[in-house]
Amino acid sequence: MKYKTLAIADPAKLIYGRAPRPIKTRRGMCIGGGLIYPELNFTLPDINIRKEAMPEIVRHYQQIVTEALERAAELEAPGVMLEFETLPPMTEHPALGMEVVNILLEGIEDAHDKYGLKAALRCTPNDNREFVRPPLMRSGRYWDAMLELFDQSAAAGAEFLSIESVGGKELHDDALVNGDLRAVLFSLCVMGVRDMKFIWDHIVAITAKHGVHAAGDTACGFGNTAMVLAERKMIPRVFAAVVRAVTAVRSLVAYECGAVGPGKDCGYENPVLKAITGCPMSMEGKTAACAHLSPMGNLAAATADLWSNESVQNIKLLGGMAPTCYMEQLVYDCRLMNTAAAEGEASALQMRDWLVKSDAGRDPQAMILTPESSITIAHAIVQAPSHYAAGIAAARAAVKILRETNEAGCLRIDAREAGWLDRMDDELDDMPHTEDAFIEEMMDEVDLEKFTPADYGL
Amino acid sequence: MSTIEDLKTAVINGRRKDVQTLVPELLESGIEPAALLSQALIPAMGVVGERFKKNEVFVPEMLVSARAMKEAMNILEPKLLEAGIRPEHTAVIGTVEGDLHDIGKNLVATMWKGAGFDVIDLGVNVSPARFIEAIEEHKPHIVGLSALLTTTMPAMRDTVAAIREAGHSAVKLLIGGAPITQSYADEIGADGYSRDAASAVDAAKAALGI
Repeated sequence: MKYKTLAIADPAKLIYGRAPRPIKTRRGMCIGGGLIYPELNFTLPDINIRKEAMPEIVRHYQQIVTEALERAAELEAPGVMLEFETLPPMTEHPALGMEVVNILLEGIEDAHDKYGLKAALRCTPNDNREFVRPPLMRSGRYWDAMLELFDQSAAAGAEFLSIESVGGKELHDDALVNGDLRAVLFSLCVMGVRDMKFIWDHIVAITAKHGVHAAGDTACGFGNTAMVLAERKMIPRVFAAVVRAVTAVRSLVAYECGAVGPGKDCGYENPVLKAITGCPMSMEGKTAACAHLSPMGNLAAATADLWSNESVQNIKLLGGMAPTCYMEQLVYDCRLMNTAAAEGEASALQMRDWLVKSDAGRDPQAMILTPESSITIAHAIVQAPSHYAAGIAAARAAVKILRETNEAGCLRIDAREAGWLDRMDDELDDMPHTEDAFIEEMMDEVDLEKFTPADYGL
Repeated sequence: MSTIEDLKTAVINGRRKDVQTLVPELLESGIEPAALLSQALIPAMGVVGERFKKNEVFVPEMLVSARAMKEAMNILEPKLLEAGIRPEHTAVIGTVEGDLHDIGKNLVATMWKGAGFDVIDLGVNVSPARFIEAIEEHKPHIVGLSALLTTTMPAMRDTVAAIREAGHSAVKLLIGGAPITQSYADEIGADGYSRDAASAVDAAKAALGI
């Protein structure tokens, strides 16, 4: 465990737009330096992505970048991050991905020339390693192509590299639908942590080579899957909330390897990571309803340094193309928050607290991500001697927060979920004292056809 | 003396150990394996499915019941086969080519098994050719196609078209997934659509007219 203390230990300092370790972009945005900026993410409508469709795909991305940045400039956005999250064939064939990267970089350049707009590109190759089953995590054509796209996009001018890595997901989906906290801990804190270390050492080396930023990962395929399943009433919300706390341990590894932020938008665990690392974070909430629903649309903005929409298809809405409409929403959200911050610390805190209070008591996941709860969980993580112990500590801290806030009448927990707090406490009490003992037990329990232990150093 | 109702209750409550005891006991008392299946196991999973649909139980609780049913089926299946009794309906299911998401698909497979269907799960990233191969091998009554991404919806359309072009006009094609709608099902010529796993049994039964 690299971090032994918190970069932000005072909940009043865990606030949007400000991070102890801000990052400057080439065009002069200072992320975490006082302003919150919009981060726009977008995807294609239903198009079969192949070489022959590239002219149509190119038209879509040209339209997205041109129209969305024009609107950002018209609304006087102080800066914009664009995130290009590739679709699987674009990582599998880096030439396809690079065609889009170059379109977006040209669009950013044009918007700067025309309007003086400060914008930067985050490139997020999607993690294709699970296309073979069991996944090949450390070699093979999917791994090689992904690294190639990281390298080429950084060389071309993408200033930030991110990923939604999938290490540990082989077992995590089943862990979620079975409500199995032990298996969650194994997936995230044993498998996930090992894969994060492996992949982020490679990404950090690429960013160092090109002088760009290793921006961070997300436990989207883990914590957000749990959150969405809970939103659909398929798993208990309290369970999803505890899973979220544990995901912070996995995502932290990117920063231990040298990532500097801004953390990736869909990492709802980012407030915990901001408290630990001091790095700026991107977040998404109400303006990401185009991609998925969440129980904390306002609260997510409270500690964000970039404010994102997660992903929206390039389709026509009444107001314009969807990415342009979402750019407008993001710019207005950021403008309001920046206006509050410009009036002084008290106003910024008031705004932050409204964002928090409007959500926190209504959902367990929101409650464990308030500034106070995030710092409590962050404390539990940095005081632990290992990632394994940190996972257990984060889960315990989350269960305790949920129990106490529920008992105090500050949080509403559905009656049929109450028993799950005891169930999770019992599971945590039964966890082995050492990681080695845990691994030994789990290797007898898990389906070894679903993953390759050697790819995790197991 | 134990009854079929006891077995049904044990499955509903996910009591696997009770199931392990009750099934042999009921068989020894002279009850036919087919009766245990049709009067205890399938109705039990029907009750659980209804509770799930009404948000009275979560998926983990439903899966405990499904595992209890599986426990019973481990004992019953050889006897059913011996008696020449096969499931009335067979289903093939898979996530379409280019898509790796399978939580929803797996849940639908579980629900269909609970309804007594024989389910062949092809996994994820399944090509149209693989679907056709499975149709020709297993002669299913239903094929379930799942997609979570807008960019894999075309693969769903291609798969439906390929199955029809291969001459499999009788098999019912059901589709589902986050971006999927009834109108998309109509547009690509699918026979049915399920908005979630909880409705998948109803959708399958409607498509089959049962």
